[in-house]
Amino acid sequence: MTPAEAALAAPAVAGESYLTHRRGVRSWLFTLDHKRIGIMYLALISACLLLGGVFALVVRLHLWSPGGALVSNDSYNKMFTLHGAVMIFLFVIPGIPSALGNFVLPLQVGAKDVAFPRVNLLSFWLFCAGAVLFVATLVAGGLDTGWTLYPPYSLESSRGLGILLALSGVFLAGFSSILTGVNFIATIHRMRAPGMGWFDLPLFLWALYATGIIQIFATPVLGITVALGFLERLFHLGIFMPEYGGDPVLFQHFFWFYSHPAVYIMILPAMGIVSEVVSVFSRKPIFGYRFIAMSSIAIAVIGFFVWGHHMFVSGQSRWSNLVFSFLTLLVAIPSAIKTFNWLATMYKGAIVLKTPMLYVLSFFAIFGVGGLTGLFLGALATDIPLHDTYFVVAHFHFVMVGAVMIAFLAGLHYWWPKLTGRMYDERTGIASAILVFLGFNLTFIPQFLVGVAGMPRRYATYAARFQGMNRLSTVGAFVLTLGLGFALYGLLASLRRSGARAPANPWGAATLEWSAASPPITENFAVPPLGRRPYDYNGLRKVSDEAGWVGVEEGAR
Amino acid sequence: MSGDAAREARADAAAPSPYLAHHFPSMAAQLETSKLGLWLFLGSEVLFFSGLFTAYGVFRANHWALFHYAHHFLDWRMGALNTVVLVSSNLTAAWSVRSAQLGDRRGLLRNLALTLVLASVFLVVKYFEYSHKLHNGVGWGAACHPSAEILASLPDAARALPVPRDLGVFFSVYYVMTGLHGIHVLVGMGLYLWLLTRASRGHFGAGYYVPVDAVALYWHLVDLIWIFLFPLLYLIG
Repeated sequence: MTPAEAALAAPAVAGESYLTHRRGVRSWLFTLDHKRIGIMYLALISACLLLGGVFALVVRLHLWSPGGALVSNDSYNKMFTLHGAVMIFLFVIPGIPSALGNFVLPLQVGAKDVAFPRVNLLSFWLFCAGAVLFVATLVAGGLDTGWTLYPPYSLESSRGLGILLALSGVFLAGFSSILTGVNFIATIHRMRAPGMGWFDLPLFLWALYATGIIQIFATPVLGITVALGFLERLFHLGIFMPEYGGDPVLFQHFFWFYSHPAVYIMILPAMGIVSEVVSVFSRKPIFGYRFIAMSSIAIAVIGFFVWGHHMFVSGQSRWSNLVFSFLTLLVAIPSAIKTFNWLATMYKGAIVLKTPMLYVLSFFAIFGVGGLTGLFLGALATDIPLHDTYFVVAHFHFVMVGAVMIAFLAGLHYWWPKLTGRMYDERTGIASAILVFLGFNLTFIPQFLVGVAGMPRRYATYAARFQGMNRLSTVGAFVLTLGLGFALYGLLASLRRSGARAPANPWGAATLEWSAASPPITENFAVPPLGRRPYDYNGLRKVSDEAGWVGVEEGAR
Repeated sequence: MSGDAAREARADAAAPSPYLAHHFPSMAAQLETSKLGLWLFLGSEVLFFSGLFTAYGVFRANHWALFHYAHHFLDWRMGALNTVVLVSSNLTAAWSVRSAQLGDRRGLLRNLALTLVLASVFLVVKYFEYSHKLHNGVGWGAACHPSAEILASLPDAARALPVPRDLGVFFSVYYVMTGLHGIHVLVGMGLYLWLLTRASRGHFGAGYYVPVDAVALYWHLVDLIWIFLFPLLYLIG
């Protein structure tokens, strides 16, 4: 064996960045490295965000005038359906856990990888297949059922191939989500660094743990539901279709048994990011660590028992309505616990207004409104008149876009130096955070107002008196798009050859991922780390902007 | 150099087990983590089936007379036979784990093979049940039109009644539940075939038996689901 051959046969050089230690498309597509899988997820869900965003802009442009300004009513129905389905199943649900979670979780516990790397890759491929099926519905004539896919309409014989493709896509994306959840929980249980107790876990991991519980135990119910829907459409089983003896309300129960907890699959990881960022950029240990950690678990558990609040007008018994309403309002308690602890963390902190923190401040404002308007919809008396109006649309966009997407952007900017080894441009980042905040509010506050005034959701046309507000909303959507464009540009521009190199710890954070190199080596850590307190900033010292922060012992060396 | 020889050479050098994945500190950690992951997955499986059990409960409550009538179409003797077959296969599955732990290669091969055979017997019985029904027009949903022949074979009490409307709803529930269970049996057979090939190459022993243990856990769940399906579908009138 020549020395050159020996060098090729040798394992990857220790200490080389995960991005460069192997090259070529195959080394990415078949990688077992959680970091590369996370990056691939990031690219894919960003593409899905773009696709869903294009649908959203078409919807907003169409609503420029009361009679519809852009497309036919049928096309409008397809646009809002695919906007919802793509955004929910392919961006908001997998977004934070699969992309950022996959990358960060093993680093934060100080492990080399997730517990089951092969399962992780399988999960990625299942997700890809699901995404392809969704895109295929476009080719197959689209889908106009709304993202909730309610039968009987959705399963009528006249619905074409689109519904079958969409159901299969949901099934595959669902299994991808289950496998991710299994991996995360097993990793957090068994792969923590020596000395890292449960209450030394960064709060992002408590959030992912709670998310994993929902992914594992709620998603399979959606899986069996869409499988039954698939068979019903093909063979007329009589499970969901009344004309064959089935029960369409059963579909709604099954669907929401998953799809309400799914809201917490979306928001819990977002809350985890907020907990990390607010502490680091307030230069102060998180306030109420255990309360924040346990409120994540509480939200996950209570979240399983509130699905009926989507069905207050579906004819379920008034006693069910009462119980579901009560349980729904209970969710406000852990959510408020988190919010107050975040605010208390900032109190008397030395707040650093960098891009991630600006996004998190937007999160506080928007999540506050989104959460409190949820109380109107959880309470029976106010839900009945507000049901199926734009008030609901505005409420869930406040939570899913205003809170989740903005926290995703906060996390993306926060971990970008770790993901890529580059610093994004701070001024572009700040501009994006401000534009996103303004654009978001301009888009969705008018929707609250027209909702209260009685404008129903999902129609291609509306009464002329709502035109002013709808135009504001459309303008807002473009401001929001501009803000997202700034964010995308700022991040991608940092990848140029001339982009600023990131130090290992640019923010002075104390969680373990910042003790790895930026970008990390393939094995994550040159020396397996020991657990430490995640929010203890004593002993960290800033050297310079370029060299970032170091621990006291490193600085002394 | 064949795979076996390479493995022995590595074992001789007292290197860490070739089955230890790079990101685990020890075989014990790997075993514990794998089992935890599998338990979580099984929890997910239970919820996967729970949708069907819920549907069963809802339809049973809404169409109790129809369900009572329809259960006469199922032959409890076939169901009981399959219950015995599947429970026996669970004994051999559990035994295969024991054999692997003891390093008893012959016993391991025997138990894995027996499990595979019993699983096949289960599916053969199921095949006869399905084909008998389908042959007599007892399909699912809208495709349920029982033949005069099968109606004549019903017990006296049922024969006297008119065929109820939406009879197919019961058989939709029946076919979907037993069908999904059958798919799980098929997957299990695939897994046991895979274990057999690996065991015949001497992969398993006291130091490494994660796959045998994991597949056996999965197989117990498949059995457990059948133990609920059998009385709910065949026995309750």
